Amino acid sequence: MTKTRLVTTAFLTAVLTLGLTAPAFACGGLVAPNGAISLLRTTTLAGYRNGIEHYVTSFEFAGGGGGKFGSIVPLPDVPTRVIRGGDWTLQRLQQEVQPPVAPTFFAADAPAEASASPMAEVLLKTQIDALDITILKGGGTAVGNWAREHGFELTPDAPELLDFYASRSPIFAAAQFDAQAADELGQQAGDSTPIHFVIPTDRPWVPLRILSLGRAPDELVEADVFLLTPDEPNLLPKIETGLSIERSENSSELLTSDLRSDSNMKWVDGDGMWLTFLKIDSTAKDLTYDLAIDPTGTREPSPVDAGLAAPAAKTAGAEAGPSLAWTKWLMAALIALIAFAVVKRRARAGTGTGTDGMRPAA
Amino acid sequence: MRIRLLGAAILGLLVLAGCTAQANEQVRTVTITINHSSFGISQMDYRPGETVRFEIHNTDPIDHEFILGDQAVQDRHETGNEPHHGAIPGEVSVPAGQTATTTYTFDEPGTILFGCHLPGHFAYGMRGTVTVR
Repeated sequence: MTKTRLVTTAFLTAVLTLGLTAPAFACGGLVAPNGAISLLRTTTLAGYRNGIEHYVTSFEFAGGGGGKFGSIVPLPDVPTRVIRGGDWTLQRLQQEVQPPVAPTFFAADAPAEASASPMAEVLLKTQIDALDITILKGGGTAVGNWAREHGFELTPDAPELLDFYASRSPIFAAAQFDAQAADELGQQAGDSTPIHFVIPTDRPWVPLRILSLGRAPDELVEADVFLLTPDEPNLLPKIETGLSIERSENSSELLTSDLRSDSNMKWVDGDGMWLTFLKIDSTAKDLTYDLAIDPTGTREPSPVDAGLAAPAAKTAGAEAGPSLAWTKWLMAALIALIAFAVVKRRARAGTGTGTDGMRPAA
Repeated sequence: MRIRLLGAAILGLLVLAGCTAQANEQVRTVTITINHSSFGISQMDYRPGETVRFEIHNTDPIDHEFILGDQAVQDRHETGNEPHHGAIPGEVSVPAGQTATTTYTFDEPGTILFGCHLPGHFAYGMRGTVTVR
């Protein structure tokens, strides 16, 4: 059996579409198995302008072994475009707040066996360098079935996490890194492929809990989130174990100019935007929330969007059909009823009735 | 005549009830539904000599298994390389979204275990105990 290693990029990104300027957090859960993941700090940028959320993330290749690598990230809405991101936007943001982090990479497992199950709907497929991106729509089970049948080996916490996100949004992005394709393109271990998701949405939130996917409860999750919003945003949660706001300020002219000069980054407002930099340094078991954002700073974000409250329960569907035992009793009762009706009918026929349906006087 | 028909109907009901009760006394069927990588039950109790038919419903999009046996059986499966299990009493693989059954007779009093030994599943919490007394 081909050994698989989990590929984790420092820019593992959750392809989550945020409609707001909130920083798109690279919130992708590696669904490769064996726990052989050595995750670097995930870095994601989510920006919002003119009703469009721009979610920029990068996947780094760990190299080695052949096979495919995969990541599944929840999205708040359907992206209208999935394109190659700027070559250095995420690095530039990292430089703005801290030195670059050397990436580590892991290869995913070989594809699992396919099995017949309800599948998620494929909304969009594209290939960017050696990265295959698929946008899916479906419940947690359907997305899980699709992932399993397409070579993702899901960890035992995957069903619950997929349902957790699907209850809020049925949109997911699956990213598969083909090591062979990467070799053919001359990509080296450490090279990254930036992905830019263009997503219209009015409920921006950044998936954070997905980063705990496949991790041991006490394993440390490290990630950086950058937000670019028109104004200082309101965030939820505001304070959590392992979540800190490192910077909250107007972006500098130099940063704004640098970002706008990168590929597909002209959406950044040339007059500047509000930059928020958050750091995640949390154990997996404590990372039970997501980041909800109000980019206007005038409203409180939804606790549901932050994963702090469950969405409104749906109306219960029709109950399952009667059990076999009940069916037997029902049939028996029906037989008795029919027998009784036959008896009654024959009794009427035997005695006869008058024109008014009443029995004749004795 | 009508009395005979009524009597036949009542007799039919009694026979039906009797058949159902008799079947239930021989083998008990226990339904376990796996959801979010959990059996939903951590402790079961049965009598020595009792035969139980376990019906395992897997609602997850990932495979699971149900392995019933003592610690040695659990250890063998936890460290073994068999991806799936055949028709061994008390041991069954349950593919994603499917239902599987296995029948087990609890011969001796004592405590045995049940669990899923796919990678990481047992440590995740897919395990429990059975007390036979």
